[in-house]
Amino acid sequence: MTEEKPLDFAREITGRLGGETITRCYQCGTCASACPVTKTTERYNPRQVIRLALLGQRNDVLKGDAIWLCASCYNCQERCPQKVEVADVIYALRNMAIRGGNIPAIYTEFAAALMNEGRLAPMSKFLEKKRAEYGLPPLKPANTEALKKILAATGFDKIMFRKEGAT
Amino acid sequence: MTGYALFLGCTIPARQPHYELAARKALTKLGIELVDMEGATCCAPPPIQSIDLETSLALAAYNICLAEEADLNILTLCTGCFESLTIANRILKGKRELREKINKILSNVGKEFKGTKEVRHYLQVLMDDVGVNRLKQNVVKPLNGLKVAAFPGCHLLRPSELLRLDDPERPRIFDMLIETVGAKSIPYKNKLRCCGGLLRGYADDVALAIARDKIANAYNAGADCISTLCPFCFLTLDLGQMLIKTAYKEEYNMPIIHYAELLSLSLGVAPKELALDFHKMKVDKVLEKIG
Repeated sequence: MTEEKPLDFAREITGRLGGETITRCYQCGTCASACPVTKTTERYNPRQVIRLALLGQRNDVLKGDAIWLCASCYNCQERCPQKVEVADVIYALRNMAIRGGNIPAIYTEFAAALMNEGRLAPMSKFLEKKRAEYGLPPLKPANTEALKKILAATGFDKIMFRKEGAT
Repeated sequence: MTGYALFLGCTIPARQPHYELAARKALTKLGIELVDMEGATCCAPPPIQSIDLETSLALAAYNICLAEEADLNILTLCTGCFESLTIANRILKGKRELREKINKILSNVGKEFKGTKEVRHYLQVLMDDVGVNRLKQNVVKPLNGLKVAAFPGCHLLRPSELLRLDDPERPRIFDMLIETVGAKSIPYKNKLRCCGGLLRGYADDVALAIARDKIANAYNAGADCISTLCPFCFLTLDLGQMLIKTAYKEEYNMPIIHYAELLSLSLGVAPKELALDFHKMKVDKVLEKIG
């Protein structure tokens, strides 16, 4: 097996949906200065995540905690002078991390709710009753049959519920 | 009468019926016809985008296909749904290769994304279909003297390149609509900064610190309430205050109230007709102030 070169990781990211713009970054730090999470905790700095990725530090990025701390507020993306789609790059990195088996527990819950109910917040008996009391119409059910076919076609179930193994 | 396919999403109908109830009452009063969508699924918001962007686009496109078939534009209440569906709609309209790829997935369920419909947040419908003047004429109970900290939330505005709803750095629409119903939209520190809501479940302490900052800033500016458009912002700031009480030993008792609720009240809907018991932070002070 040939050793991975630093830029191989960057190329893999730019080849993914959401990751296309990462190599435009010139490390000015506008993203970090606009980030509400960076202001709150040292665990996350978008400039640093991008730097590590461009240096080919695959494990630090994909096995680490930082990429899961983006709040998806898009302030960084809005203000980036290089038009790096920072929040979308983070999505691309998360997509890659999950394929490598780094799946925070909460995401397994989201995926299970989606696959079982077609909704991230399933309806409860209590809410059904409350809705009726307030005169709201019954909630129309999601078409879970169609949903399952779509998830099978994109491979979503395999992505989520297969552990280790890189793509 | 303008008709829309009402895309309710997951959280509002199953967790925040007070939002749905207020929105249905207000929009119907203003002559907007809402057609409940059959079979709609999750819009595929950030948690699903984090797992797989392609799946998210396919699910959003599927939902848009339902509206295309019904020949209706989509109206969303939830800002998260607005963002997911609008981004997918605009990306897929613009990028042919990606559209073909997604349509190949959708062919498994007999659908094709054609790109013939628009996704609109209800604020846009208020601005464009109803209009500020007509809205003002319909206000029978102006919310005079109410000081509102308007919080548009992130996904109403950003990424602005795709959402194109308002200026991302100096938005005006939400404030204008608050003033139209007679209240005052007050300035407060870091008004456009995120509520931290999407970090709940992964980094609760970080999420809570960000939410606390937002509530404290509105409190220090003398707000009577914070007004929201997004169910996640609402949850983060409303339930969040109970968590802040435990974690920080601080009590703000800041009412968090969806704009649809303020709108309904101004249009003459009685408080008892709204599901105000779904608020963790009581809104009595708001009701007293508007009389």
